[in-house]
Amino acid sequence: MMEFNFKIESGDFTNAGSISSSVKRALKQLNVDGSVIKRTVVALYESEVNVVAHSHGGEVVVNIFDDCIKINITDSGPGIPDIEKAMTQGFSTASPEVREMGFGAGMGLPNIKNNTDDFDLKSEMGVGTVLKFVNYFKA
Amino acid sequence: MKISEIAKLIDGEIKSGFDNLDHKFEFAFASDLMSDVLTVKQSNVLLITGLANIQAIRTAEMSDIHCIIVVRNKELNEEMIELAEECDITLIKCKYSMFKTVGILYDTVLKPLY
Repeated sequence: MMEFNFKIESGDFTNAGSISSSVKRALKQLNVDGSVIKRTVVALYESEVNVVAHSHGGEVVVNIFDDCIKINITDSGPGIPDIEKAMTQGFSTASPEVREMGFGAGMGLPNIKNNTDDFDLKSEMGVGTVLKFVNYFKA
Repeated sequence: MKISEIAKLIDGEIKSGFDNLDHKFEFAFASDLMSDVLTVKQSNVLLITGLANIQAIRTAEMSDIHCIIVVRNKELNEEMIELAEECDITLIKCKYSMFKTVGILYDTVLKPLY
């Protein structure tokens, strides 16, 4: 098993995607199927952008096993007040700055779910949000 | 269709990925919204966008897109060009509008995604 830990700074759009890039390289080196790599890094990249855009910062823990990759993304708030609403395609609370970066159309969370095999999102206002997802290497 | 042929048709200036000029693309997708690009499942796609920032390159990297045409004569900074090189992405600067660029390319063998 391999474990990687990363920090995400709030508002740091320049580095958003650098974690996904590292994970992509690691999975390529392990000869993981290309479609699994793409689904994983798209989900992770969307998650990175979400933490940068919406939270006070957070961290990512990546665990790569023989048969799957497990990723936990934890932020330090402010939290998602209504997860069901946040999961609705087209719903967004993104700032104009986020929209200028090409995001904030309310597609991120549904797209993360679409690109993952197991998806779990929990949030507590004033505490933070925890997103866990798993992708399996074989169908 | 080869990158070199595409660049010539749209009078584009190639800024990175010079080793891939013979690479052939089958599909094209045009969007300024990176969230839309990240939903693309098809491979062998080139991206046409007016978004000239580092996230356009990152989005292409995650989506396995190896050619980006940036329209509307947007400046492409060194950071974008370096990251594109690192990710094996050919970056083409095009002075035409999105409408004109897409119009020219639609008339070739390149196919839309849907």
